[in-house]
Amino acid sequence: MDLYTEGDPIADTKAPDGPIETRWERRRFEAKLVNPANRRKMTVIVVGTGLAGGSAAATLAEQGYRVKSYCYQDSPRRAHSIAAQGGINAAKNYRNDGDSVHRLFYDTVKGGDFRSRESNVHRLAEVSVNIIDQCVAQGVPFAREYGGLLDTRSFGGAQVQRTFYARGQTGQQLLLGAYQALERQIGLGNVEMNARHEMLELIVVDGRARGIVVRDLVTGEITTEFADAVVLASGGYGNVFYLSTNAKGCNVTATWRAHRKGAYFANPCYTQIHPTCIPVSGDHQSKLTLMSESLRNDGRVWVPKAKGDNRRPKDIPEDERDYYLERIYPSFGNLVPRDIASRAAKNVCDEGRGVGPTGLGVYLDFADAIQRLGRKAIEAKYGNLFEMYERITGEDPYEVPMRIYPAVHYTMGGLWVDYDLQSTIPGLFVIGEANFSDHGANRLGASALMQGLADGYFVLPNTIANYLAAGPFETVDPSHPAAVEARRDVEDRIQRLLAVNGDRTVDSFHRELGQIMWDHCGMERSEAGLRKAIDEIRALREQFWQRVRVLGDGDGLNQSLEKAGRVADFFELAELMCIDALHREESCGGHFRAEHQTPDGEAQRDDERFAYVAAWEFTATGEPSVLHKEDLKFEYVHPTQRSYK
Amino acid sequence: MNLTLRIWRQSGPEDKGRMVTYQVDDVSPDMSFLEMLDVLNERLILAGEEPVAFDHDCREGICGMCGLMINGNAHGPQRGTTACQLHMRQFKDGDTIDIEPWRARAFPVIKDLVVNRSAFDKIIAAGGYITAPTGSAPEAHSVPVAKANADAAFESAACIGCGACVAACPNGSGMLFTAAKVTQLSLLPQGQPERYTRVIGMVDAHDEAGFGGCTNAGECTVVCPKGIPLNTIGRLNRDYLKATAKRGDTPGS
Repeated sequence: MDLYTEGDPIADTKAPDGPIETRWERRRFEAKLVNPANRRKMTVIVVGTGLAGGSAAATLAEQGYRVKSYCYQDSPRRAHSIAAQGGINAAKNYRNDGDSVHRLFYDTVKGGDFRSRESNVHRLAEVSVNIIDQCVAQGVPFAREYGGLLDTRSFGGAQVQRTFYARGQTGQQLLLGAYQALERQIGLGNVEMNARHEMLELIVVDGRARGIVVRDLVTGEITTEFADAVVLASGGYGNVFYLSTNAKGCNVTATWRAHRKGAYFANPCYTQIHPTCIPVSGDHQSKLTLMSESLRNDGRVWVPKAKGDNRRPKDIPEDERDYYLERIYPSFGNLVPRDIASRAAKNVCDEGRGVGPTGLGVYLDFADAIQRLGRKAIEAKYGNLFEMYERITGEDPYEVPMRIYPAVHYTMGGLWVDYDLQSTIPGLFVIGEANFSDHGANRLGASALMQGLADGYFVLPNTIANYLAAGPFETVDPSHPAAVEARRDVEDRIQRLLAVNGDRTVDSFHRELGQIMWDHCGMERSEAGLRKAIDEIRALREQFWQRVRVLGDGDGLNQSLEKAGRVADFFELAELMCIDALHREESCGGHFRAEHQTPDGEAQRDDERFAYVAAWEFTATGEPSVLHKEDLKFEYVHPTQRSYK
Repeated sequence: MNLTLRIWRQSGPEDKGRMVTYQVDDVSPDMSFLEMLDVLNERLILAGEEPVAFDHDCREGICGMCGLMINGNAHGPQRGTTACQLHMRQFKDGDTIDIEPWRARAFPVIKDLVVNRSAFDKIIAAGGYITAPTGSAPEAHSVPVAKANADAAFESAACIGCGACVAACPNGSGMLFTAAKVTQLSLLPQGQPERYTRVIGMVDAHDEAGFGGCTNAGECTVVCPKGIPLNTIGRLNRDYLKATAKRGDTPGS
């Protein structure tokens, strides 16, 4: 049987034409509006309360819509955006170092290895400046200079200093800003907040997204919830790899369930492996911890020149060290983009020059920076990160270089959306990491926070009005056949998971799935490996449904049951990721196919054949998906081989 | 190493609950405390016993979801460290470890080690924000903020809302949590217009949620994984006093 079939291309992304600088303004002008009195009559469901979902829910409520917000955590403040460390990009050009909206746009398209949509990225760069204004007004305590103005620093893939930050906790501070705006709306009665609730199904009525099925994680109660539009802001799917920098609860269920109901899933194979994470220490490992990319501003990455050199790092003299990023990429040095830094680390470890007990690690050394700037200055910049490193590893990074290794961090793929951030199901909007739109095949550092807040504060609240202008839609109640069916599907699935009562835990399956994905759909992919992975995933999925053991029942808090449902969806996603990776016979950004590389080992794109977005349509379980291509046109940034040398 | 765990088990809010003893062997010193509980849970499931429910998410000390009383200390023995960042190298072979949920009137137990902390959200909803609807913000550089104030605001803003301060307080007070937000926002020029209504709203919500009053015991700041200083409560009290004096003032007076 074929792994997939090909359907019609995607003809229209609804992006306006004309000069790129005017497109967003034109779209806003041409979009229909909803008058304030009518907004009160309409309800919007927002799933997820991270930077995208939290900011969208707050903004929609400020505009006058009734909002119902859902998160699986015990409070909206805990969404995983909170863990973003480094910073947020904005084209303010406060440094007078040549930055501009156009340069941020250019860097992002190039950084994404020419696999993103120019119109969307330009809009992102335009609204980036408004985000900083908005967050400062909310009281986000960004780092400042002595004169009281905002400080900025550099991040990978850029030669200007456009990254705003709040020590190593930028995501936390931005999220708390959005959370506080959301809580204000909750207090005013404009948002109904449902924490510890998980979306398990989408309800589609007459072709429109009209509601969701949710499970109250405390009581186990399953309910159907309705609205005029549904917004998914449920984050990325990095946890398909089991080990990642994502929070333990991060999952693909909300977007996957929508995919099964008709929303196309775009570029699932584009995953970001972050170069600077603390290496795995043993089989018990439950997650990986990122060390912010900002550390690469002052830390130097190196391994010994000789294979198997296991002397202590300080006993290895300068001329026996290989500062390989500085050597291979002299113009960007330690600040090359993430995909490049990760693969370079993998290569030196594959050569047998890795460090640490497992040989899967490289040094990130601050000795030079400490000597140049003093320990105090390094403490002020990175103190909390150094402490975190020491707590986890038991080693003091002021004395011994950090050991780091790449880990899964972010997923550029996600549900396909048009310029309005609407999926292929009318009324279903997708924002933040959950969509695919802005980062192409590789996301630049400090751009996830920018995109989440751009979507939530400024883009969606404008574009959703164009859809809602046709509303309010006919009322749907829980007895509608579509709602009854969706609810029954959820209940059946839970009963099925509880009924297996086999001999393996959910985690044991999840770990095994993650290992298959890491080995064959990780930093380097090959045709043989991906075919093997697809077979293994299918066999393991079958095992899962025969042997998984979930104790207890569905009538209360049952954390194993929650995990089991999420892992079941990861199995289906994993297969699609491998098929997507297999069909894309080129290397681009985070997708590196061993068969497609330049003589010096860099990613070799094939723009003739693959300058498109791969949007996958679900057909039926076990049946091949249908591939729809959206051709990418580059009118402003002409594709070249990315060079950071 | 081999450990004896005594863990609070409670099937639901109505259950009285009890300590149950478990033996866990072959624990690696490189495991985090929660990974050690994962190992226990995997074994319990295979033995047909319900795993221990505990809250956790990011496992990197920032989301604030985890919270365990470990040998009577909120988040365990290591200062400035959440339970998820605590590693087993802090314990010795043969140790007995007591693990309990946060205990406070405002944080009722849901199951085992999981408690309901939604009272914290209610405090924020009652004023823990600056009113700045999307789109209304002025240029970011139009209002400079002295670095010292920005840094101090950041220090208070680092609160992760885990609730350790409440669990450690003999009165079950949420004053450190409340004061951290009051301090952050009152140090910034953007926070001035709502400064006094904010503190009254938040303190009222705090009291209504069933938290106790602050008697300067200082346990909260000792267990706080982010080191929120006790003097934030002093700042809150000063603002609260001024705010009560201002009640009924005519605008501009």
